[in-house]
Amino acid sequence: MLNRHEILEKHGLLLTVMILLVVAVGGIVEIAPLFWLESTIEKVKGVRPYTPLELAGRNIYVREGCYTCHSQQVRPLRDEVERYGHYSLAAESMYDHPFQWGSKRTGPDLARVGGKYSDAWHRQHMIDPRSLVPESIMPPYAFLANHEVREGDIAGWLKTNRTVGVPYSDDMIENAVVDLKAQVDPFSENYDAFLARYPNAVVRDFDGDPRRITEMDALIAYLQVLGTMVDFSTSMSQSKTIGDRSCMRPCRASLRTWGLVLFIIAFVLVLIYALNPRNKENFDHAKRIPLEDEDQYNDSERN
Amino acid sequence: MTQKEIDEPTGVETTGHSWDGIKELNNPLPRWWLTVFYVSVLFSIGYWVAMPAWPGITGYTKGLRNHSERENVAAAVAELETARNQTMSRLLTVTSVEQVENDPELLQYTMAAGGSIFGDNCATCHGAGGQGFPGYPNLNDDSWLWGGSFDQIKQTIRYGIRSGHPEAHVNLMQAFGRDGILSADAISDMVEYVASLSGGEADPAAVERAAPVFAQQCVTCHGADGTGSQELGAPNLTDSIWLYGGDKQTIHETLMNGRGGVMPAWTDRMSDAQITALAVYVHSLGGGE
Amino acid sequence: MTNIPSEGTPSPATGPSASTGGFDSTLIAAFLAIGSIFWIFVAARTTDPLMQAHSFVFLTAFILGGFALGWHLYGGGAKSDGYEMGVVKAGVFASMFWGIAGFLVGLIIALQLAYPNLLYFENLPWLNFGRLRPLHTSAVIFAFGGNVLMATSFYVVQRTCRARLYGGLAPWFVFWGYQLFIVVAATGYLMGVTQSREYAEPEWYADLWLTIVWVMYLVTFLGTVLKRKEQHIYVANWFYLSFIVTIAMLHIVNNMAAPVSLTSSKSYSLFGGVQDALTQWWYGHNAVGFFLTTGFLAIMYYFIPKRINRPVYSYRLSIVHFWSLIFIYIWAGPHHLHYTALPEWAQTLGMTFSVMLWMPSWGGMINGLMTLSGAWDKLRTDPVVRMMVVSVAFYGMSTFEGPLMSVRAVNSLSHYTDWTIGHVHSGALGWVGYISFGALYCLVPWLWKRARLFSNNLVEWHFWISTLGILVYVVSMDVAGVVQGLMWRAYDSLGFLQFSFIETVQELHVYYVIRAIGGAMFFTGSLIMAYNLWRTARGDIAVREPLAAGDAVAVPAE
Repeated sequence: MLNRHEILEKHGLLLTVMILLVVAVGGIVEIAPLFWLESTIEKVKGVRPYTPLELAGRNIYVREGCYTCHSQQVRPLRDEVERYGHYSLAAESMYDHPFQWGSKRTGPDLARVGGKYSDAWHRQHMIDPRSLVPESIMPPYAFLANHEVREGDIAGWLKTNRTVGVPYSDDMIENAVVDLKAQVDPFSENYDAFLARYPNAVVRDFDGDPRRITEMDALIAYLQVLGTMVDFSTSMSQSKTIGDRSCMRPCRASLRTWGLVLFIIAFVLVLIYALNPRNKENFDHAKRIPLEDEDQYNDSERN
Repeated sequence: MTQKEIDEPTGVETTGHSWDGIKELNNPLPRWWLTVFYVSVLFSIGYWVAMPAWPGITGYTKGLRNHSERENVAAAVAELETARNQTMSRLLTVTSVEQVENDPELLQYTMAAGGSIFGDNCATCHGAGGQGFPGYPNLNDDSWLWGGSFDQIKQTIRYGIRSGHPEAHVNLMQAFGRDGILSADAISDMVEYVASLSGGEADPAAVERAAPVFAQQCVTCHGADGTGSQELGAPNLTDSIWLYGGDKQTIHETLMNGRGGVMPAWTDRMSDAQITALAVYVHSLGGGE
Repeated sequence: MTNIPSEGTPSPATGPSASTGGFDSTLIAAFLAIGSIFWIFVAARTTDPLMQAHSFVFLTAFILGGFALGWHLYGGGAKSDGYEMGVVKAGVFASMFWGIAGFLVGLIIALQLAYPNLLYFENLPWLNFGRLRPLHTSAVIFAFGGNVLMATSFYVVQRTCRARLYGGLAPWFVFWGYQLFIVVAATGYLMGVTQSREYAEPEWYADLWLTIVWVMYLVTFLGTVLKRKEQHIYVANWFYLSFIVTIAMLHIVNNMAAPVSLTSSKSYSLFGGVQDALTQWWYGHNAVGFFLTTGFLAIMYYFIPKRINRPVYSYRLSIVHFWSLIFIYIWAGPHHLHYTALPEWAQTLGMTFSVMLWMPSWGGMINGLMTLSGAWDKLRTDPVVRMMVVSVAFYGMSTFEGPLMSVRAVNSLSHYTDWTIGHVHSGALGWVGYISFGALYCLVPWLWKRARLFSNNLVEWHFWISTLGILVYVVSMDVAGVVQGLMWRAYDSLGFLQFSFIETVQELHVYYVIRAIGGAMFFTGSLIMAYNLWRTARGDIAVREPLAAGDAVAVPAE
């Protein structure tokens, strides 16, 4: 084997290509199936694209790097389910570009924070976190109340999200600014049309300042929708089937997959056998058989 | 080019190459290293057989243990609930705080449950000790906006205040200034009047001017004497307890823009037994009626 | 003190490698011109103030680049046919600069967690933890680590291939292009331009720019390898090559995104939800694997044997652990997503491959440590060697801790807590930091042709202050993590959660204070180092430590 390796050590390009091949495998095997296996994303009702205001809020969440301290992922562990609520489903973040599951909980998980606190609480907590939670170590976000959401950007955000696969309709994109305004005004004439486009969206003046649509409105609207789209009181039974342990007798799909794995292993073994230098002579011999004179063959055997 | 030589200190042969003076020995792989590596591979193969592991075209290998974390957590929570259930189910029959207080075991249990729930859900607004913040009522005192009896507390926790839930308390303080109900002068006078109700310093002339306006606009909720009404969630204006603040500037702000603090409904997040425990806990914080 | 012997270092490539006015400068000039036009277009058209700011940053950089090129072509820079060491010197400067900046930001955010009212501006978002934290991670990983890797790789590949860097001015383009990327990324975080994908925060245009720079880096490095005068490619170069190639793959795949428009700083990632999560952690984990592991193993494979003048322990081991390491590392990403909505089969693969990764990682440690056999006394006499050896020990510790934390049961406790932070820093401060410091302590006297460092005593000071700092840091964070994890899952005897979340935050305050002290010590050490290196480069020798006989100048020939 060491002698073989010399080939790579002497050919820079070959070495580069080999490295690329070797490091490509893991990602392909692990990531690619997520796109075709139907079991990856649960079939649950209620998950819809974010409203323009929520999406604007999500952009702020992304901009401010909230993920550095807050996760958005309730793990299926007893204490987390008790503390935060139902564990997170893949379906709940399927329209999240990028995902914001996070990796650190300096602050609590936010996957189900929607509806847990009042808008006024969020507003005050953003302005001065320690005025409400003296033990908190969160930085202040008072400036959000001073920045208005730039209406001109909204349609572009929706359109780009559609490019990457979020099902925003033409209607939604056309009415992006209308919907933005409708969500903070319960008395707007577009109330019904807005709710038809975004079922179960919350319509309120989130930041307590009805004159303007601020980034505070947007961020609170986003926080208030987190974890509320799927109604677990009705879809629990559905999400329970995800675990699919009913398959005590061998499942056909499972068999098929195992068969594929065995096939690949067999293929690799055959390759190793075929390329093994020790077998080279045998194969070379076998290769020459049709070309050899029978007499010669006999002769050689006699000898 | 390649000159294999023996490295003196170790007595091991080099590979014969040299890069910028760096040579290489050709020691064998340490046996323990290889062994541990093989063991880790065997462990992994075993793990793959037992657990969901390899993806395929239509599914993935489910593993012999049919493991599902989601089923496990459901079972773990169910188990915990069964363990608690004996006492927890008794909570469902509780109709008064006394009932709990007279049963030491149940009381201990209820306070533990209530305290646990309070910490992660209620303390965020009402403070870790229930002491409250401006706009978020103190739960330790004897003043209750919507009533401090066991049933009233339960009702408030369950459906919230102006939470959007159909059963929630909804009455709110109007924005007398912003909505043009009262003129700026009338509001200034009213500030003095309200301050006087709780014995604060006030301009007597302004108080006199405001009295008829109070009788016209405010008594419906706050009562003729300003002691408020728990039916309507209207605070008592004659005591020294203020939800938003009793200084004249804050009173002015309240009169101008109104007040309508929101408490969420918890019925979707908590079971009835949990809400009962929480109500007993809150009741016990100091001021339960 | 020990200086490397110069025997066996033949003169480098001769021949037409001089770069003046060649194809390279034409290409760079054209590139700068086209780039400038593009950014003028963006600056004129954009309605996005952040994009406007960045278009001016790019424009300024391109114009300065144009001046530098002109200065070089018409009379300026010294021309040499020997090794290209100027870019390595620049890399040493940049490493030290960004290192100190990154450590400082780290110290600031550590203090912010302990004292949240520090740098508290309620109406200014720029200094909030959420914006400074990516600045810290990117500054230390990509700015400090990246510059160390580029500088050392340019040095090592030339000397072990006996060839001048390929591409004429290309290495300089790579160097300055990379600094530009850092500046754009860093200013972006402060202004709020971020994708908020951990360790891949820069927005689409910074990513594209890095792609161009990185491809040029690969061309330069591989080009040098291809024109080598040695028959075999040295093991350090395999590691450098795997680092460059794999980072290119990871960077491109993970940063695929749709910009809102050509003149907008905002983009949306191509993948969403669970697919995005795994792609990101496939990237995130292997940024650790291929940036912070294979890259720095390459440094180890050159600088340790070179410094102590001993042969590498085992050629065979280096082959086996190289290929097993790079093959297995890639699979380990899903262990960052244990118990999430990622399908369990992927979590299983992530965990098992992490466990299998343990020994391949330790192969590097064995080769590093055992290379010292026959020269163990250097640990006592040469603080630079000690630093590098301790670095390898930290490498061993964190590559054991990593597989441990990837085991699901352990991960359920450690994940989301400061244990992860402790783990990362034992790897980052201990392994990456110390091997880098060791390499820089070697490089500066070699590059500036000094008999030895300005002061070895200062290296001792640096070593002890930093080591103590790392230990304080790692222990406080590991304990904090375990405490927090246990508090989260603690139930009282009646079966109710014992602690509210905020109580765990309160509990951590004291650990955060201790951590900040550890960080401050590490930062102090780096300042001592910068001073020492500066004096060394100037050619000073500490008065109290006169040159000894063993310090006879034995600088590698150029």
